[in-house]
Amino acid sequence: MGESITFWVLAVVSVAAALGLVFSRRAVYSALMLGVVMFSLAVLYAVQDAPFLAAVQIIVYTGAVMMLFLFVLMLVGVDSSDSLVETIRGQRFWAIVAGLGFAVLLGLGIGNAALTAPVGLADANAGGNVPALAALIFTRHVFAFEVTSALLITAALGAMVLAHRERTEPKPTQKDLSRARFVLFGQTGKNPAPLPGPGTYAQHNAIDMPAMLPDGTVSPLSVNRVVARYEASEGKLAPEVERILQEETVSERANGNGARPHGEEDGE
Amino acid sequence: MTTHYLVLSALLFAIGGVGVLVRRNAIVVFMCVELMLNACNLAFVTFARQNGNLDGQVIAFFVMIVAAAEVVIGLAIIVTIFRTRRSASVDDASLLKY
Repeated sequence: MGESITFWVLAVVSVAAALGLVFSRRAVYSALMLGVVMFSLAVLYAVQDAPFLAAVQIIVYTGAVMMLFLFVLMLVGVDSSDSLVETIRGQRFWAIVAGLGFAVLLGLGIGNAALTAPVGLADANAGGNVPALAALIFTRHVFAFEVTSALLITAALGAMVLAHRERTEPKPTQKDLSRARFVLFGQTGKNPAPLPGPGTYAQHNAIDMPAMLPDGTVSPLSVNRVVARYEASEGKLAPEVERILQEETVSERANGNGARPHGEEDGE
Repeated sequence: MTTHYLVLSALLFAIGGVGVLVRRNAIVVFMCVELMLNACNLAFVTFARQNGNLDGQVIAFFVMIVAAAEVVIGLAIIVTIFRTRRSASVDDASLLKY
């Protein structure tokens, strides 16, 4: 009884999460959905007398593999959403038809197979699941086990070779970077100093608070443009910040180039 | 009860297969492959219970090891392709076709 309840709850959850994995637009949602599927499968393993595999599933899959997926997702760019243009006409429709057909075929095959009542693992697990598995892995499957170690080392080396990039030019030192900054300052007047932090000179240190200059005005350099755009769309942007940003866009249009006018306001 | 587990595993496998066919983002395609591997593992564990010996669980364990190695290499390849093409879409890596 307890097993059926667990099964039905987890079956619904995992199928729903798998559908979410396939059909959600954002890759990060897909990754989270995959995590849900893996976690529910781990519980199903535990229910089916496989506690060792349940632990390995959580450690290897929801721990390491999902971490790797999310890491690469952040590296490659979270906002690189899928293009919805079909390159092959009718591909999506036929793929779904093929998937449904395959599921029906497999389901019918399983339904037709005359499965007797399961033998159960009570005998095999008599001395504990982990010792029984260890006895199998280190006797009958010991060669496969040794080969997997070679496989893992090859995979680690392969990942290092693939991800490594040879540096073709010397690494710029701090001196070079500083020189380049001041050359740019001489040419375009770009402020060579670091940007002022938000709210450093005001009463708040929240990211959306602009820094105050010594004369009490707002430093537009410290305003985070993404936050400002969001707050403007919500109608919560502070009026003085809005005024500064508007002046800035007007002067940018007047100058015709992207270089923002910096003057004595940058003095720290 | 084991039939239910097998049907669930078949469903997850089919969903993963549809995902591989439908999605364009290489990372999501890869996640769907992982989903298919997981579905196979569920079938292996279920058969171990059905037949009363632990070989199915050992095979599932080996599948997990191979899947971990595969994820490492696959993601490294995706990162390499992204570096040269600035895109993770499977449609863009078609240079070998011509």
